[in-house]
Amino acid sequence: MTQNIVEIDKLSFGYNRKLLHKGITMSFPRGKVVAIMGGSGTGKTTLLRLIGGQFKPKAGEVRVDGQVVHKQDREGMYQLRRKMGMLFQQGALFTDLSVFDNVAFPMRELTDLPETMIRDLVLMKLNAVGLRGAHDMMPTELSGGMARRVALARAIALDPDIILYDEPFAGLDPISMAVTCDLIRTLNDALGVTSIVVTHDVEETFSFADYIYFVADGVVAAEGTPDDLRNSTLPFVHQFVHGEKDGPVPFHYAAGDYKDQLLGPDA
Amino acid sequence: MIRLLQNIGSNTIDQIWRLGAGARLFGLTLISSAESIRRPRLVTKEVYATGVLSLVIISVSAFFVGMVLALQGYHTLQKYGSSEAIGVLVALALVRELGPVVTALLFAGRAGTAITAEIGLMKATEQLSAMEMMAVSPISRVVAPRFWAGVIALPLLAALFSMIGILGGYLVAVPLIGVDEGAFWSQMQANVDWQFDIVNGVIKSVVFGVACTMIALFEGYDAPPTAEGVSRATTRTVVTSSLAVLALDFALTSFMII
Ligand SMILES: Nc1ncnc2c1ncn2[C@@H]1O[C@H](COP(=O)(O)OP(=O)(O)O)[C@@H](O)[C@H]1O
Ligand SMILES: [Mg+2]
Repeated sequence: MTQNIVEIDKLSFGYNRKLLHKGITMSFPRGKVVAIMGGSGTGKTTLLRLIGGQFKPKAGEVRVDGQVVHKQDREGMYQLRRKMGMLFQQGALFTDLSVFDNVAFPMRELTDLPETMIRDLVLMKLNAVGLRGAHDMMPTELSGGMARRVALARAIALDPDIILYDEPFAGLDPISMAVTCDLIRTLNDALGVTSIVVTHDVEETFSFADYIYFVADGVVAAEGTPDDLRNSTLPFVHQFVHGEKDGPVPFHYAAGDYKDQLLGPDA
Repeated sequence: MIRLLQNIGSNTIDQIWRLGAGARLFGLTLISSAESIRRPRLVTKEVYATGVLSLVIISVSAFFVGMVLALQGYHTLQKYGSSEAIGVLVALALVRELGPVVTALLFAGRAGTAITAEIGLMKATEQLSAMEMMAVSPISRVVAPRFWAGVIALPLLAALFSMIGILGGYLVAVPLIGVDEGAFWSQMQANVDWQFDIVNGVIKSVVFGVACTMIALFEGYDAPPTAEGVSRATTRTVVTSSLAVLALDFALTSFMII
């Protein structure tokens, strides 16, 4: 048993010729909550999908439980994925199934449990996220925060060792946000799982994460515990933590000279 | 000029690529069908969605097509003094051609677009990704049951279309125009051949079922995961399916008649 349940080793990946990740190295110790922070479009979601083996890296590798993800065959890949539960950004609940059936879905598809046991398990999982009362609602009837929690119940349906969260706070009101925050920490400690949380909400992340990686321009720009980072003098971290609009990450996307373009012949 | 050539070239490559990708999905669907056979409920649920919900549009269109056939047919046949042959004309036109073809065209518009939009949205809202991350294959769980449902539903709908069309033709020919009822049915019975007409019509509708459903599934599965991407894919489903049905009909008919 390796000490780090997930290890990312000099990983490079891009959807086309342009590389999104240029040699990222991270490690995720068992039982910890580790956050990955970075601006929109820096490839955070993609990174989670690489951990889940949905894409093949251009270079480097991801190891889960000591096994190289992209070298697995179909069966091995499915075995690895059974160890993970992923919470997608918008929940990704199956819209044609009720809340109950959504949570029951992985159990029905992947196990031979009898229906009575599935019923009890689903109600337990829903209770853990505080939504046992919503079991017969349809996903379209749920608010954003509730949908996210149902999706979380579904992600933990088969007791994974790793939970991947993709921007669990995006678009939530402050109360749902605090609830979700609490839930991540509680689930992590109660179930003894490892949590990998992709986010760009500085306040919340600093309050519950054990370790934080900052990603910028396809590399790890900074890393450390929340306390380390709060006192960091790195200009990039300072800008991100304090939410300043201009700094090492410029407000303007790279462009030609402003005056030339305004006065130029064909703009 | 060079721009034009470039465009033609890149579009051609694009289309060929899509053809290959479609064929690949077709193959994957076939080898991932075990789940659909083991759990027939997955398929019956989709037969309901694609088949039962298309019943109204199919029945109403069939009724009108049958009535028009009888009117037009009578108009021409009476010039040659053979207006009792109208039953044969209506039945043959429906069973051989109009049943399978018109049903497939309506199916593409009613059920095909629904399939494309549904799969495209499932992709855009990450439902397919979520399934994959749960170690459940979206092809066995989502694509294959819909494929088999379409292949089952279309021939049934085409048979229904022919039946209701003949009923429509009967109502116009016999009570309205006054063709002899006995001649109408007996001529039809004597001249519609089981093998040559009915079986061939069924073969056509099965082939159209495979083509229409697969095109709808592929367009949805391949759609860019955005609102615009899904809406374009839906349009493409109708256009591609219609062209495919008409072209396949020509090919199949020429094999069957020669
Ligand atoms: N399936 C895909 N195919 C091609 N490009 C993609 C795909 N998914 C995401 N991208 C692109 O990759 C970049 C990073 O996306 P993403 O990983 O979602 O970033 P983040 O989650 O950090 O906002 C974006 O520019 C996005 O447009
Ligand atoms: Mg994202």
